[in-house]
Amino acid sequence: MAKKITLNMITQRSIEEGVAMEKGKTTPEYFEACSIIEMHDDDVKALGLVPNQLVKVTSECGSVIVKTVKGRQSLYPGLAFIPQGVWANQIVPPRTQATGEPQYSGFPVTVEPADGERRKSALELVQGAVGMWRGEQ
Amino acid sequence: MPTKIENVGCPYCGVCCDDLVVTVSDDGKKILEVENACAIGNQIFHHATTEGRIRLPRLRQPDGTYKDISYDEAVDYAAKVLHNAKKPLIYGFGSTNCEGMAAAAKVAEKAGAVLDNCASICHGSSFLAIFDNGYPSCTLGETKNRADVIVYWGANPAHAHPRHMSRYSIFPRGFFTGKGHKSRKIIVIDPRHTDTAQVADIHLQVQQGHDYDLFDAFRTVVRGHDIPDVVAGIEKEKIIEAVEIMKKARFGTIFYGMGLCHSDGRNHNVDIAISLTRDLNDFTKWTIMAMRGHYNITGPGAVWSWQYGFPYCLDLTKRDIAHMNPGETSSIDLAMRDEVDAFVNIGTDAGAHFPIEAVKHLRKHPWITIDPNICMASEISDLHIPVGIVGVEVPGIVYRMDNVPIQYRKVIDPPEGVISDEELFERIHKRLCELEAEETVKEHVKAAPVGVRAGE
Repeated sequence: MAKKITLNMITQRSIEEGVAMEKGKTTPEYFEACSIIEMHDDDVKALGLVPNQLVKVTSECGSVIVKTVKGRQSLYPGLAFIPQGVWANQIVPPRTQATGEPQYSGFPVTVEPADGERRKSALELVQGAVGMWRGEQ
Repeated sequence: MPTKIENVGCPYCGVCCDDLVVTVSDDGKKILEVENACAIGNQIFHHATTEGRIRLPRLRQPDGTYKDISYDEAVDYAAKVLHNAKKPLIYGFGSTNCEGMAAAAKVAEKAGAVLDNCASICHGSSFLAIFDNGYPSCTLGETKNRADVIVYWGANPAHAHPRHMSRYSIFPRGFFTGKGHKSRKIIVIDPRHTDTAQVADIHLQVQQGHDYDLFDAFRTVVRGHDIPDVVAGIEKEKIIEAVEIMKKARFGTIFYGMGLCHSDGRNHNVDIAISLTRDLNDFTKWTIMAMRGHYNITGPGAVWSWQYGFPYCLDLTKRDIAHMNPGETSSIDLAMRDEVDAFVNIGTDAGAHFPIEAVKHLRKHPWITIDPNICMASEISDLHIPVGIVGVEVPGIVYRMDNVPIQYRKVIDPPEGVISDEELFERIHKRLCELEAEETVKEHVKAAPVGVRAGE
């Protein structure tokens, strides 16, 4: 049976995301900067993951496939991080506690290995979500 | 010979570095070198003159492709979308100048739109807390020249405001802080051991979402009362140590970021941060400042507060009677309730930075993107209108994160024919006035009694 754990997700800026965003959100740099997840080593071990393995992250409002990386900025066990951007926002709950601000940080997700899956590009995710994806041009 | 332009402002983050030196080619068309900027600011300037800039508005065709159209056609299309919509939403403005924001407000008022800016998903909670509890703040210059204790709470400037620490908080030598970082204590409170935490004297790894508890514990200790052995994952001794440093400060500043505004509690986290600042002022001088994200996201708050009395989430559907009620008139909530029937994305990228569920709702209706570059919003739009890049190709006023206005300049011309946000909104406003006049004439004709001929 596939392993699956529940973690607390936060999504915030990384400088790699910032630089890549200004270069362009369709660039390989943006793809590599944002389609990743960072977790504590204990959680990586609990899932039996090897470095760079893909995982499926699911929240109350959707799923996304991202790559597990070992980040420079460590987290405590149970906390996970996806840089702000297109991939994070596939799973960010739009509930705002009546303030206008979505729940970008602190929402429960399940994480499981995603063998045989692939990371989608930013365009495929966003255009796909609104029925405008026409395949790689 | 290449020209060096000094004291250029950077159009990236709320730090608004104004010490950049940009070298421009002989013909004034290419940016050759950018000195003093961070990695992100550097990228913005160099990206401006790379190949592939969009030079004409693009209109979505039935087959899903884009077709180039003229600015006149784009202005006409945008004005008609706004004119026909019952409740359009105009959102963004993190990356444009105050002149553009003022022009956009004229359009919003004429169209009866909701006018909102990126604070809505960023520091909007800060506004709510500031309305309730005040804002004992200062300028970044005061922090640089006076502060000997710096607190970063839920903020990671090493990544989001790369030169904040070197220009204003930790490292610079100021008038009363001549020893630079050697004479300063740095406290970082963050659930991650961030790159900012690496340079801190004390890092408190708070449990995510429990900032309010920790602020409460800080306040309790400041007032001389006992607290539990562990609060929000932090041991009592560590909390007392941090509070003692804060109480002994000559001058301190709490810089806080999205860790407070994006987590459970939202404005309440900021509210109690302000209360802690107030408490500390019983002992010494303390100030607090929001780490505003974009270089001019403070701008719409200043401009629209002056125009309408409210900084964001402005409902102008009753034209000259403005009202603001986040939760009701905020972009994400409006989108999720399907309350708007047209969307204008300007100087931001809602396609990438809104939760995808909100994007899906907004895309059910006409979507217009105004942005210099290709972004996620432009790639799902019905109409994409390119504009000049403020701070690179277009001058203008911007407000730094401490509400200090700065005049930005341009270093090169925009691509031939590309206009500014301000000019675009002025033209849309003019077209909206024409449409309104045409409609008034039609209604007037319609209202004439049947059977009565002219002259009778």
